[in-house]
Amino acid sequence: MAFRLLVTLLLLLISSASFAAPDGARLYSLHCAVCHGSAGHGGVGVPIALPTFLSTVSDDFLFNTIRSGRPGRVMPPFSDLSDAQVRAIVAHLRSWVPAAPPAVSHGGERVKGNAAHGKQLFAHYCAACHGANGEGGHGTGVTFSRPRELPVMPPALNNSGFLHAASDSMIKQTLMKGREGTPMVSFLAQGLKERDINDIVAYVRSFETTPIVWKPKEDEPPVLEAVSPYSVEETVENVKRAIVGKNFVVIRVQSLENGFVPEAEENHHQVIIYFCNFGFINQALSLDPRIGLFMPCRVTVVEQNGVVKVMSINPKYQSRLFNNEELDRPCDEITEMYRGILEEATI
Amino acid sequence: MSRLSSMKNVLVSLILLVGMNAHAEDLLMVRSPHSFPEAMLALQSAIDGHGYTLSRVQRVDIGLTGSGFVTDKYRVVFFGKIDEIRTLTTRYPQLIPYLPLHMTIFAEDEETLVVMEDPARLAQVVTDPEAAAQFRRWHNDALSIFDELRQE
Repeated sequence: MAFRLLVTLLLLLISSASFAAPDGARLYSLHCAVCHGSAGHGGVGVPIALPTFLSTVSDDFLFNTIRSGRPGRVMPPFSDLSDAQVRAIVAHLRSWVPAAPPAVSHGGERVKGNAAHGKQLFAHYCAACHGANGEGGHGTGVTFSRPRELPVMPPALNNSGFLHAASDSMIKQTLMKGREGTPMVSFLAQGLKERDINDIVAYVRSFETTPIVWKPKEDEPPVLEAVSPYSVEETVENVKRAIVGKNFVVIRVQSLENGFVPEAEENHHQVIIYFCNFGFINQALSLDPRIGLFMPCRVTVVEQNGVVKVMSINPKYQSRLFNNEELDRPCDEITEMYRGILEEATI
Repeated sequence: MSRLSSMKNVLVSLILLVGMNAHAEDLLMVRSPHSFPEAMLALQSAIDGHGYTLSRVQRVDIGLTGSGFVTDKYRVVFFGKIDEIRTLTTRYPQLIPYLPLHMTIFAEDEETLVVMEDPARLAQVVTDPEAAAQFRRWHNDALSIFDELRQE
Protein backbone atom coordinates (compact mmCIF):
# COMPACT_ATOMS: atom_id res chain seq x y z
CA MET A 1 0.00 0.00 0.00
CA ALA A 2 2.74 2.40 1.02
CA PHE A 3 4.68 1.46 -2.10
CA ARG A 4 1.69 2.21 -4.37
CA LEU A 5 1.12 5.50 -2.62
CA LEU A 6 4.75 6.50 -3.05
CA VAL A 7 4.79 5.58 -6.74
CA THR A 8 1.54 7.51 -7.29
CA LEU A 9 2.98 10.56 -5.56
CA LEU A 10 6.16 10.29 -7.61
CA LEU A 11 4.23 10.04 -10.86
CA LEU A 12 2.15 13.05 -9.88
CA LEU A 13 5.30 14.98 -9.05
CA ILE A 14 6.92 14.09 -12.35
CA SER A 15 3.84 14.82 -14.43
CA SER A 16 3.36 18.18 -12.76
CA ALA A 17 7.01 19.05 -13.37
CA SER A 18 6.83 17.90 -16.98
CA PHE A 19 3.58 19.52 -18.00
CA ALA A 20 3.60 22.76 -16.01
CA ALA A 21 4.35 25.78 -18.17
CA PRO A 22 8.12 26.28 -18.17
CA ASP A 23 9.37 29.28 -16.26
CA GLY A 24 11.35 31.29 -18.83
CA ALA A 25 13.02 33.54 -16.28
CA ARG A 26 14.23 30.57 -14.27
CA LEU A 27 15.43 28.75 -17.38
CA TYR A 28 17.24 31.86 -18.56
CA SER A 29 18.87 32.21 -15.16
CA LEU A 30 19.93 28.56 -15.20
CA HIS A 31 21.18 28.23 -18.76
CA CYS A 32 21.83 31.66 -20.25
CA ALA A 33 22.59 34.27 -17.57
CA VAL A 34 26.05 32.95 -16.84
CA CYS A 35 27.26 34.03 -20.29
CA HIS A 36 24.80 36.72 -21.38
CA GLY A 37 24.39 38.39 -17.99
CA SER A 38 21.46 38.41 -15.58
CA ALA A 39 19.80 41.20 -17.54
CA GLY A 40 21.14 40.24 -20.95
CA HIS A 41 23.87 42.88 -21.04
CA GLY A 42 26.53 40.43 -22.14
CA GLY A 43 29.63 38.90 -20.65
CA VAL A 44 31.31 35.82 -22.01
CA GLY A 45 28.38 35.87 -24.41
CA VAL A 46 27.20 38.79 -26.49
CA PRO A 47 24.61 41.23 -25.14
CA ILE A 48 21.07 40.40 -26.21
CA ALA A 49 18.99 42.95 -24.29
CA LEU A 50 19.42 45.51 -27.06
CA PRO A 51 16.10 47.03 -28.22
CA THR A 52 17.36 47.24 -31.78
CA PHE A 53 18.27 43.58 -31.69
CA LEU A 54 15.18 42.16 -30.04
CA SER A 55 12.83 44.27 -32.15
CA THR A 56 14.37 43.15 -35.42
CA VAL A 57 14.72 39.42 -34.96
CA SER A 58 11.96 36.87 -35.11
CA ASP A 59 11.03 34.34 -32.48
CA ASP A 60 12.17 31.70 -34.94
CA PHE A 61 15.63 33.25 -35.06
CA LEU A 62 15.90 33.22 -31.27
CA PHE A 63 14.44 29.72 -31.04
CA ASN A 64 16.80 28.27 -33.63
CA THR A 65 19.78 30.08 -32.13
CA ILE A 66 19.12 28.56 -28.72
CA ARG A 67 18.38 25.17 -30.20
CA SER A 68 21.32 24.94 -32.65
CA GLY A 69 23.86 27.33 -31.12
CA ARG A 70 26.80 28.55 -33.16
CA PRO A 71 29.23 25.69 -33.79
CA GLY A 72 32.74 26.81 -32.88
CA ARG A 73 31.59 30.29 -31.77
CA VAL A 74 31.10 29.80 -27.99
CA MET A 75 27.27 29.63 -28.05
CA PRO A 76 26.46 25.94 -27.45
CA PRO A 77 23.38 24.15 -28.75
CA PHE A 78 20.77 23.55 -26.06
CA SER A 79 19.47 20.34 -27.49
CA ASP A 80 18.36 18.99 -24.11
CA LEU A 81 15.73 21.69 -23.62
CA SER A 82 12.21 20.93 -24.80
CA ASP A 83 10.56 23.13 -27.42
CA ALA A 84 8.31 24.53 -24.69
CA GLN A 85 11.32 25.42 -22.57
CA VAL A 86 13.07 27.18 -25.46
CA ARG A 87 9.89 29.09 -26.27
CA ALA A 88 9.65 30.11 -22.61
CA ILE A 89 13.18 31.50 -22.76
CA VAL A 90 12.31 33.41 -25.93
CA ALA A 91 9.24 34.85 -24.19
CA HIS A 92 11.46 35.92 -21.30
CA LEU A 93 13.83 37.71 -23.70
CA ARG A 94 10.84 39.49 -25.19
CA SER A 95 9.81 40.74 -21.75
CA TRP A 96 12.95 42.88 -21.62
CA VAL A 97 11.77 45.21 -24.33
CA PRO A 98 8.00 45.37 -23.88
CA ALA A 99 7.79 48.83 -25.44
CA ALA A 100 9.48 47.71 -28.63
CA PRO A 101 7.38 46.93 -31.69
CA PRO A 102 6.18 43.34 -31.96
CA ALA A 103 8.84 41.00 -33.21
CA VAL A 104 8.95 41.08 -36.96
CA SER A 105 7.92 37.99 -38.77
CA HIS A 106 10.52 36.85 -41.22
CA GLY A 107 9.28 34.58 -43.90
CA GLY A 108 11.32 31.88 -45.50
CA GLU A 109 11.34 33.52 -48.91
CA ARG A 110 14.76 34.15 -50.40
CA VAL A 111 15.96 37.61 -51.30
CA LYS A 112 17.03 37.66 -54.94
CA GLY A 113 20.30 39.37 -55.74
CA ASN A 114 23.60 39.20 -57.57
CA ALA A 115 25.92 37.27 -55.24
CA ALA A 116 28.99 38.08 -57.32
CA HIS A 117 28.36 41.80 -56.92
CA GLY A 118 27.44 41.17 -53.30
CA LYS A 119 30.85 39.62 -52.76
CA GLN A 120 32.54 42.82 -53.92
CA LEU A 121 30.36 44.94 -51.67
CA PHE A 122 30.92 42.56 -48.74
CA ALA A 123 34.69 42.90 -49.12
CA HIS A 124 34.36 46.69 -49.08
CA TYR A 125 31.71 47.23 -46.41
CA CYS A 126 31.47 44.12 -44.22
CA ALA A 127 34.75 42.21 -44.18
CA ALA A 128 36.53 44.58 -41.80
CA CYS A 129 34.23 43.48 -38.98
CA HIS A 130 32.78 40.16 -40.13
CA GLY A 131 35.98 38.79 -41.66
CA ALA A 132 37.03 38.32 -45.26
CA ASN A 133 35.11 35.05 -45.50
CA GLY A 134 32.36 35.90 -43.04
CA GLU A 135 34.19 34.12 -40.22
CA GLY A 136 33.28 36.82 -37.69
CA GLY A 137 35.20 38.88 -35.17
CA HIS A 138 37.58 37.65 -32.51
CA GLY A 139 37.15 36.88 -28.84
CA THR A 140 34.00 36.26 -26.90
CA GLY A 141 31.48 38.77 -25.55
CA VAL A 142 32.44 41.78 -23.50
CA THR A 143 34.61 40.09 -20.89
CA PHE A 144 38.37 40.42 -20.82
CA SER A 145 38.80 40.18 -24.53
CA ARG A 146 36.43 42.97 -25.44
CA PRO A 147 36.62 46.65 -24.64
CA ARG A 148 33.31 47.37 -22.92
CA GLU A 149 32.62 50.35 -25.15
CA LEU A 150 32.49 47.95 -28.11
CA PRO A 151 30.11 45.40 -26.70
CA VAL A 152 29.32 43.16 -29.62
CA MET A 153 31.52 40.58 -31.25
CA PRO A 154 30.71 40.73 -34.97
CA PRO A 155 28.93 37.46 -35.66
CA ALA A 156 30.26 34.80 -38.00
CA LEU A 157 27.97 34.96 -41.01
CA ASN A 158 29.25 31.76 -42.59
CA ASN A 159 28.44 29.79 -39.45
CA SER A 160 25.98 26.98 -40.04
CA GLY A 161 24.06 27.94 -36.88
CA PHE A 162 23.64 31.53 -38.03
CA LEU A 163 22.65 30.56 -41.56
CA HIS A 164 20.10 28.14 -40.16
CA ALA A 165 18.60 30.68 -37.77
CA ALA A 166 18.65 33.86 -39.85
CA SER A 167 16.22 34.43 -42.68
CA ASP A 168 17.15 36.50 -45.72
CA SER A 169 14.69 39.18 -44.71
CA MET A 170 16.27 39.46 -41.27
CA ILE A 171 19.74 39.87 -42.75
CA LYS A 172 18.37 42.43 -45.20
CA GLN A 173 16.61 44.40 -42.51
CA THR A 174 19.75 44.44 -40.36
CA LEU A 175 21.77 45.76 -43.30
CA MET A 176 19.19 48.40 -44.07
CA LYS A 177 18.55 49.65 -40.55
CA GLY A 178 21.69 48.72 -38.68
CA ARG A 179 21.68 48.02 -34.95
CA GLU A 180 21.72 51.04 -32.72
CA GLY A 181 24.05 50.55 -29.77
CA THR A 182 26.40 48.36 -31.79
CA PRO A 183 28.99 49.07 -34.48
CA MET A 184 26.54 47.76 -37.09
CA VAL A 185 25.40 50.78 -39.07
CA SER A 186 22.61 51.25 -41.60
CA PHE A 187 24.04 50.69 -45.05
CA LEU A 188 21.22 52.64 -46.62
CA ALA A 189 22.57 55.58 -44.63
CA GLN A 190 26.03 54.69 -45.92
CA GLY A 191 24.81 55.23 -49.47
CA LEU A 192 23.99 51.71 -50.63
CA LYS A 193 20.80 51.10 -52.59
CA GLU A 194 18.30 48.40 -51.75
CA ARG A 195 19.42 46.31 -54.71
CA ASP A 196 23.03 46.46 -53.41
CA ILE A 197 21.81 45.18 -50.08
CA ASN A 198 19.94 42.39 -51.84
CA ASP A 199 23.21 41.46 -53.53
CA ILE A 200 25.00 41.29 -50.16
CA VAL A 201 22.22 39.14 -48.74
CA ALA A 202 22.53 36.80 -51.72
CA TYR A 203 26.28 36.59 -51.13
CA VAL A 204 25.86 35.86 -47.40
CA ARG A 205 23.31 33.19 -48.25
CA SER A 206 25.80 31.67 -50.68
CA PHE A 207 27.96 30.77 -47.67
CA GLU A 208 25.57 27.85 -47.23
CA THR A 209 27.31 26.12 -50.13
CA THR A 210 30.72 26.43 -48.47
CA PRO A 211 30.18 26.91 -44.74
CA ILE A 212 33.17 26.80 -42.47
CA VAL A 213 32.62 23.52 -40.68
CA TRP A 214 33.94 23.22 -37.15
CA LYS A 215 33.80 20.01 -35.21
CA PRO A 216 35.41 19.25 -31.88
CA LYS A 217 38.26 16.77 -32.05
CA GLU A 218 36.81 13.37 -31.26
CA ASP A 219 39.79 11.04 -31.45
CA GLU A 220 42.15 12.62 -28.94
CA PRO A 221 43.07 10.74 -25.75
CA PRO A 222 42.27 12.62 -22.53
CA VAL A 223 45.74 12.05 -21.07
CA LEU A 224 49.22 12.31 -22.60
CA GLU A 225 51.79 10.04 -21.01
CA ALA A 226 55.28 8.66 -21.40
CA VAL A 227 57.28 6.12 -19.39
CA SER A 228 60.49 7.47 -17.91
CA PRO A 229 63.63 5.33 -17.49
CA TYR A 230 64.75 7.64 -14.69
CA SER A 231 63.89 8.01 -11.01
CA VAL A 232 61.13 10.39 -9.92
CA GLU A 233 63.68 12.99 -8.79
CA GLU A 234 65.67 12.76 -12.02
CA THR A 235 62.54 12.89 -14.13
CA VAL A 236 61.28 15.98 -12.29
CA GLU A 237 64.60 17.72 -13.02
CA ASN A 238 64.36 16.64 -16.67
CA VAL A 239 60.83 18.04 -16.89
CA LYS A 240 61.94 21.37 -15.38
CA ARG A 241 64.79 21.65 -17.87
CA ALA A 242 62.45 20.87 -20.76
CA ILE A 243 59.95 23.49 -19.55
CA VAL A 244 62.60 26.20 -19.36
CA GLY A 245 63.79 25.18 -22.79
CA LYS A 246 60.34 26.01 -24.12
CA ASN A 247 60.43 29.54 -22.70
CA PHE A 248 58.05 28.77 -19.87
CA VAL A 249 58.73 29.49 -16.20
CA VAL A 250 58.47 26.84 -13.50
CA ILE A 251 56.32 28.39 -10.77
CA ARG A 252 55.83 25.53 -8.34
CA VAL A 253 56.78 21.92 -7.71
CA GLN A 254 54.61 20.05 -5.21
CA SER A 255 53.09 16.69 -4.45
CA LEU A 256 49.50 15.99 -5.43
CA GLU A 257 48.63 15.84 -1.74
CA ASN A 258 50.18 19.20 -0.87
CA GLY A 259 47.71 21.32 1.04
CA PHE A 260 45.65 18.30 2.11
CA VAL A 261 47.94 16.69 4.67
CA PRO A 262 51.04 17.71 6.62
CA GLU A 263 54.14 17.68 4.41
CA ALA A 264 55.62 14.66 6.19
CA GLU A 265 52.56 12.60 5.23
CA GLU A 266 52.51 13.58 1.56
CA ASN A 267 53.05 10.97 -1.12
CA HIS A 268 56.19 12.20 -2.86
CA HIS A 269 55.79 9.69 -5.66
CA GLN A 270 53.09 11.91 -7.19
CA VAL A 271 54.75 15.18 -8.16
CA ILE A 272 53.16 18.09 -10.02
CA ILE A 273 55.28 20.67 -11.81
CA TYR A 274 53.32 23.88 -12.45
CA PHE A 275 54.63 26.31 -15.04
CA CYS A 276 53.45 29.15 -17.21
CA ASN A 277 54.21 31.86 -19.73
CA PHE A 278 52.17 34.94 -18.87
CA GLY A 279 52.30 36.27 -22.43
CA PHE A 280 50.71 33.06 -23.61
CA ILE A 281 48.13 33.12 -20.80
CA ASN A 282 47.18 36.69 -21.65
CA GLN A 283 46.77 35.78 -25.29
CA ALA A 284 44.64 32.73 -24.46
CA LEU A 285 42.43 34.67 -22.04
CA SER A 286 41.81 37.26 -24.71
CA LEU A 287 40.31 34.50 -26.84
CA ASP A 288 38.16 33.00 -24.10
CA PRO A 289 38.23 33.85 -20.38
CA ARG A 290 37.14 30.33 -19.46
CA ILE A 291 40.43 28.88 -20.66
CA GLY A 292 41.84 29.40 -17.16
CA LEU A 293 40.65 25.88 -16.41
CA PHE A 294 43.91 24.75 -18.00
CA MET A 295 46.02 27.10 -15.91
CA PRO A 296 48.67 27.01 -14.83
CA CYS A 297 50.20 24.47 -17.19
CA ARG A 298 51.21 21.33 -15.35
CA VAL A 299 53.05 18.08 -15.87
CA THR A 300 52.79 15.21 -13.40
CA VAL A 301 55.50 12.68 -12.54
CA VAL A 302 54.18 9.51 -10.93
CA GLU A 303 55.90 6.39 -9.68
CA GLN A 304 53.77 3.32 -9.19
CA ASN A 305 54.91 -0.28 -8.90
CA GLY A 306 58.43 0.77 -9.82
CA VAL A 307 57.37 2.44 -13.07
CA VAL A 308 57.84 6.19 -13.47
CA LYS A 309 55.43 7.95 -15.80
CA VAL A 310 55.17 11.55 -16.96
CA MET A 311 51.62 12.69 -17.68
CA SER A 312 49.59 15.72 -18.60
CA ILE A 313 46.11 16.61 -19.69
CA ASN A 314 45.58 16.76 -23.44
CA PRO A 315 44.47 20.30 -24.34
CA LYS A 316 43.31 19.08 -27.76
CA TYR A 317 40.89 16.76 -25.99
CA GLN A 318 39.88 19.50 -23.58
CA SER A 319 39.31 22.15 -26.22
CA ARG A 320 35.91 20.70 -27.16
CA LEU A 321 34.59 21.95 -23.80
CA PHE A 322 34.51 25.52 -24.99
CA ASN A 323 32.86 25.33 -28.43
CA ASN A 324 35.35 27.97 -29.49
CA GLU A 325 37.17 27.46 -32.76
CA GLU A 326 39.66 30.18 -31.89
CA LEU A 327 41.03 28.02 -29.09
CA ASP A 328 41.99 25.24 -31.46
CA ARG A 329 45.33 26.74 -32.42
CA PRO A 330 46.58 27.56 -28.90
CA CYS A 331 45.32 24.17 -27.69
CA ASP A 332 47.22 22.48 -30.50
CA GLU A 333 50.32 24.47 -29.58
CA ILE A 334 50.09 23.58 -25.89
CA THR A 335 49.50 19.94 -26.73
CA GLU A 336 52.61 19.86 -28.87
CA MET A 337 54.53 21.61 -26.10
CA TYR A 338 53.38 18.97 -23.60
CA ARG A 339 54.35 16.19 -25.98
CA GLY A 340 57.77 17.82 -26.41
CA ILE A 341 58.30 18.08 -22.65
CA LEU A 342 57.24 14.47 -22.10
CA GLU A 343 59.60 13.31 -24.82
CA GLU A 344 62.56 15.38 -23.67
CA ALA A 345 62.10 14.39 -20.03
CA THR A 346 62.02 10.68 -20.75
CA ILE A 347 64.41 10.27 -23.66
CA MET B 1 13.98 -8.66 -5.30
CA SER B 2 12.15 -7.14 -2.36
CA ARG B 3 9.54 -4.46 -2.75
CA LEU B 4 11.73 -2.02 -0.79
CA SER B 5 14.66 -2.71 -3.08
CA SER B 6 12.61 -2.17 -6.24
CA MET B 7 11.23 1.04 -4.74
CA LYS B 8 14.79 2.25 -4.14
CA ASN B 9 15.74 1.40 -7.71
CA VAL B 10 12.77 3.35 -9.05
CA LEU B 11 13.68 6.34 -6.91
CA VAL B 12 17.38 6.30 -7.86
CA SER B 13 16.59 5.92 -11.56
CA LEU B 14 14.15 8.81 -11.48
CA ILE B 15 16.50 11.10 -9.59
CA LEU B 16 19.37 10.28 -11.96
CA LEU B 17 17.14 10.81 -14.97
CA VAL B 18 15.94 14.20 -13.78
CA GLY B 19 19.44 15.25 -12.75
CA MET B 20 21.02 14.24 -16.04
CA ASN B 21 18.39 16.00 -18.09
CA ALA B 22 18.81 19.19 -16.14
CA HIS B 23 22.58 19.44 -16.50
CA ALA B 24 23.94 17.93 -19.66
CA GLU B 25 26.72 20.43 -20.32
CA ASP B 26 30.36 19.39 -19.98
CA LEU B 27 31.36 22.83 -18.78
CA LEU B 28 29.68 23.82 -15.54
CA MET B 29 29.33 27.56 -15.13
CA VAL B 30 27.59 29.84 -12.68
CA ARG B 31 27.18 33.58 -12.29
CA SER B 32 27.32 34.95 -8.77
CA PRO B 33 25.49 38.26 -8.33
CA HIS B 34 28.23 39.32 -5.94
CA SER B 35 31.50 41.12 -6.55
CA PHE B 36 34.67 39.09 -6.69
CA PRO B 37 35.78 39.31 -3.02
CA GLU B 38 32.35 38.28 -1.73
CA ALA B 39 31.97 35.53 -4.33
CA MET B 40 35.44 34.20 -3.50
CA LEU B 41 34.53 34.00 0.17
CA ALA B 42 31.24 32.33 -0.70
CA LEU B 43 33.04 29.80 -2.90
CA GLN B 44 35.55 28.95 -0.18
CA SER B 45 32.73 28.59 2.34
CA ALA B 46 30.67 26.39 0.00
CA ILE B 47 33.64 24.14 -0.75
CA ASP B 48 34.29 23.79 2.96
CA GLY B 49 30.59 23.27 3.66
CA HIS B 50 30.56 20.29 1.32
CA GLY B 51 33.37 18.63 3.23
CA TYR B 52 36.21 19.43 0.83
CA THR B 53 39.60 20.85 1.69
CA LEU B 54 40.73 23.87 -0.26
CA SER B 55 44.35 23.02 -1.00
CA ARG B 56 45.52 26.06 -2.92
CA VAL B 57 44.49 29.21 -4.76
CA GLN B 58 46.44 30.15 -7.89
CA ARG B 59 46.34 33.92 -8.33
CA VAL B 60 46.57 34.16 -12.09
CA ASP B 61 45.74 37.87 -12.07
CA ILE B 62 48.69 38.66 -9.81
CA GLY B 63 51.06 36.91 -12.19
CA LEU B 64 49.56 38.68 -15.20
CA THR B 65 49.71 42.17 -13.70
CA GLY B 66 53.21 41.44 -12.44
CA SER B 67 54.18 40.77 -16.04
CA GLY B 68 52.64 44.04 -17.24
CA PHE B 69 49.28 42.77 -18.50
CA VAL B 70 45.95 44.33 -17.61
CA THR B 71 43.41 41.95 -16.13
CA ASP B 72 40.50 41.76 -13.75
CA LYS B 73 40.51 39.41 -10.75
CA TYR B 74 41.19 35.85 -11.88
CA ARG B 75 41.96 32.85 -9.67
CA VAL B 76 42.02 29.06 -9.86
CA VAL B 77 40.83 27.27 -6.72
CA PHE B 78 42.03 23.69 -6.06
CA PHE B 79 40.16 21.43 -3.67
CA GLY B 80 39.38 17.82 -2.85
CA LYS B 81 39.03 15.13 -0.23
CA ILE B 82 42.31 13.38 0.48
CA ASP B 83 40.76 9.94 1.03
CA GLU B 84 38.97 10.06 -2.29
CA ILE B 85 42.05 11.32 -4.09
CA ARG B 86 44.23 8.59 -2.60
CA THR B 87 41.78 5.81 -3.33
CA LEU B 88 41.22 6.86 -6.93
CA THR B 89 44.81 7.71 -7.88
CA THR B 90 46.13 4.49 -6.40
CA ARG B 91 43.90 2.55 -8.75
CA TYR B 92 43.95 5.01 -11.61
CA PRO B 93 47.08 7.20 -11.72
CA GLN B 94 45.97 8.52 -15.10
CA LEU B 95 43.47 10.68 -13.18
CA ILE B 96 46.26 12.66 -11.50
CA PRO B 97 46.59 15.25 -14.32
CA TYR B 98 42.95 16.18 -13.63
CA LEU B 99 43.30 16.37 -9.83
CA PRO B 100 42.84 18.03 -7.40
CA LEU B 101 39.44 19.25 -8.57
CA HIS B 102 39.55 22.89 -9.48
CA MET B 103 37.33 25.81 -10.37
CA THR B 104 38.21 29.02 -12.15
CA ILE B 105 36.74 32.17 -10.65
CA PHE B 106 36.90 35.56 -12.32
CA ALA B 107 35.36 38.97 -12.00
CA GLU B 108 32.96 40.34 -14.54
CA ASP B 109 32.19 43.93 -13.64
CA GLU B 110 30.27 43.80 -10.36
CA GLU B 111 29.47 40.12 -10.71
CA THR B 112 31.60 36.99 -10.70
CA LEU B 113 31.76 33.88 -12.85
CA VAL B 114 32.86 30.43 -11.73
CA VAL B 115 33.70 27.70 -14.24
CA MET B 116 34.49 24.03 -13.78
CA GLU B 117 34.89 21.07 -16.07
CA ASP B 118 32.13 18.62 -15.21
CA PRO B 119 33.76 15.96 -12.99
CA ALA B 120 31.36 13.41 -14.47
CA ARG B 121 33.41 13.78 -17.64
CA LEU B 122 36.26 11.94 -15.92
CA ALA B 123 34.33 8.79 -16.76
CA GLN B 124 35.92 9.20 -20.19
CA VAL B 125 39.36 8.84 -18.55
CA VAL B 126 38.45 5.86 -16.37
CA THR B 127 35.68 3.49 -17.37
CA ASP B 128 34.93 1.90 -14.01
CA PRO B 129 31.37 2.02 -12.63
CA GLU B 130 32.64 2.52 -9.08
CA ALA B 131 34.79 5.45 -10.16
CA ALA B 132 31.92 6.78 -12.26
CA ALA B 133 29.75 6.86 -9.12
CA GLN B 134 32.44 8.94 -7.42
CA PHE B 135 32.60 11.30 -10.39
CA ARG B 136 28.80 11.64 -10.25
CA ARG B 137 29.01 12.55 -6.55
CA TRP B 138 31.57 15.24 -7.40
CA HIS B 139 29.27 16.44 -10.16
CA ASN B 140 26.35 16.72 -7.74
CA ASP B 141 28.49 18.51 -5.17
CA ALA B 142 29.70 20.97 -7.81
CA LEU B 143 26.10 21.74 -8.79
CA SER B 144 25.18 22.17 -5.14
CA ILE B 145 28.12 24.55 -4.63
CA PHE B 146 27.05 26.45 -7.74
CA ASP B 147 23.49 26.70 -6.42
CA GLU B 148 24.85 28.37 -3.30
CA LEU B 149 26.90 30.81 -5.37
CA ARG B 150 23.88 31.70 -7.49
CA GLN B 151 21.96 32.98 -4.45
CA GLU B 152 21.52 36.69 -3.88
